[in-house]
Amino acid sequence: MTKRAQFDKVSLSFDTQKGRLNVVEDVSYDINDGDFIAVIGPSGCGKTTMMSMLAGFQKPTTGNVLFDGRPVAGPGPERGVIFQEYGVFPWLTVKQNIAFGLTLNANHVPTAERDAISDHYLGLMGLSDFANSYPKHLSGGMRQRLAIARAYAVKPQFLLMDEPFGALDAQTRSNMQNLLLKVLETEGKTVMLITHSVEEAIYLASRIVVVTARPARIKEIIDVPFAYPRDESIQERSEFAELRSHIRQLVMDEYRAQQAQMRPVSFSE
Amino acid sequence: MNGAGLRRFGLGLIPWIGAILLWYAVRWSGFVNVSLIPAPHQVAAKFFELLTKEGLLIDIFASTRRVFLGVALGILVAVPVGFLLGWYRPARTFADPMINFFRALPPIALIPLVIVYFGVDELAKLVILFYASFFSGVIVMYEGVSQITPLYIRVAQTLGANQAEIFRKVIIPLTVPHILTALRVALGVAWATLVASELIAAQRGLGAMIQNASTYFLLDVIYVGIICIGLIALIMDLILRKITARLLVWQDRAIA
Repeated sequence: MTKRAQFDKVSLSFDTQKGRLNVVEDVSYDINDGDFIAVIGPSGCGKTTMMSMLAGFQKPTTGNVLFDGRPVAGPGPERGVIFQEYGVFPWLTVKQNIAFGLTLNANHVPTAERDAISDHYLGLMGLSDFANSYPKHLSGGMRQRLAIARAYAVKPQFLLMDEPFGALDAQTRSNMQNLLLKVLETEGKTVMLITHSVEEAIYLASRIVVVTARPARIKEIIDVPFAYPRDESIQERSEFAELRSHIRQLVMDEYRAQQAQMRPVSFSE
Repeated sequence: MNGAGLRRFGLGLIPWIGAILLWYAVRWSGFVNVSLIPAPHQVAAKFFELLTKEGLLIDIFASTRRVFLGVALGILVAVPVGFLLGWYRPARTFADPMINFFRALPPIALIPLVIVYFGVDELAKLVILFYASFFSGVIVMYEGVSQITPLYIRVAQTLGANQAEIFRKVIIPLTVPHILTALRVALGVAWATLVASELIAAQRGLGAMIQNASTYFLLDVIYVGIICIGLIALIMDLILRKITARLLVWQDRAIA
């Protein structure tokens, strides 16, 4: 298996008025080609910071974050990012949003092909009827589908998702999870998913990285024993339930540890 | 015009009719000397007289041109300056106190200096209007630009956009609403400053007309001048709002 991304003894800290704040501490793990990694931990623990370093928005204080063997220097189209806040461009129509990446020089997409590619992802994400609508007319779930379609259109080999379904209601969320699994079947990508939902992590991921309360360290890395393609029936299996209670326990322990810290400094991840 | 449009037009008309009725009422109430309040119909008659015999259109044109040029030049400079101040925090720390200092100065207080440095010609009036438009526009621009969320820029970066593409495809569209708001604010301020700018030895213009009329106590002419300024400002604002609505269909507004 080829290693796509590597966290090599990565730590990140910054100075605050109350002193040095360690956000990520000595984290090492590899993400192989085709992996679906879910990173789970109590909220505010620094898991988004991990993704942010691989996306290229933040640099580690010590250690290395490597992508295809080279240190990450900044954001790039080979690493698609789905943001928790969607980030669909409100001034562009749905179709223009999907085509946005295709019009950029870095992606070398001939003008003639842009339309077909946009249409393909419009259809795939069930947005064809809204091609010429502006995002203000879309529901939260549709905006997130649009964000995913836009990220997919430039064909990144690697997808970083930061609690992408966190703001959706339970039904939409489960629909989006199934859609993601379906799309991954046909498009085959490597994914790093940040989530705080244990069920979501087990249902979607091939490997789960449980991180500790801040500073984020690796608590345990768990292989998920279900083969792809998956469907909702695996959630009824006893292995699923066992895994769920095991991971829940880990996360709850960390949640309590975090509460015990009661750090006065608060900041969003 | 459809039914809803007609109803909206009618609703918009009601306060005007109310204002005219109130005007008559104050005049007839006897609380104020009737010679101090020309009746609406007298003002209307004066309007047609000025329009046909005194070249009111020339005054309207002179004033509108001044406001238009002053605002155009003011905003032309305010957009890049406001953008830089909004975008680069150090620039803001550096220039903010000075901008607020100059913004607080009423243009009318600057008139003696403007006359000394720019004379009494058209240029002096333009300088006053430029001053008023620039400082009102620049504030709107930089407040707006400094509130642009970095999220969209990050998204564009992850899709592979370079600096030039981010500027052209993300920052410009996000700046357009603020440019339009700056334009609207500057237009309002410029009309408000017009009379002051025409204090400087203006031959024609609505402000000049009002001042000349005040010398001869021609109240009806003053009323005509004031109403003209208000109406033209209103029409300009309506046009700008139409353009804004066209350009910003994508914006999520509470009221359509």
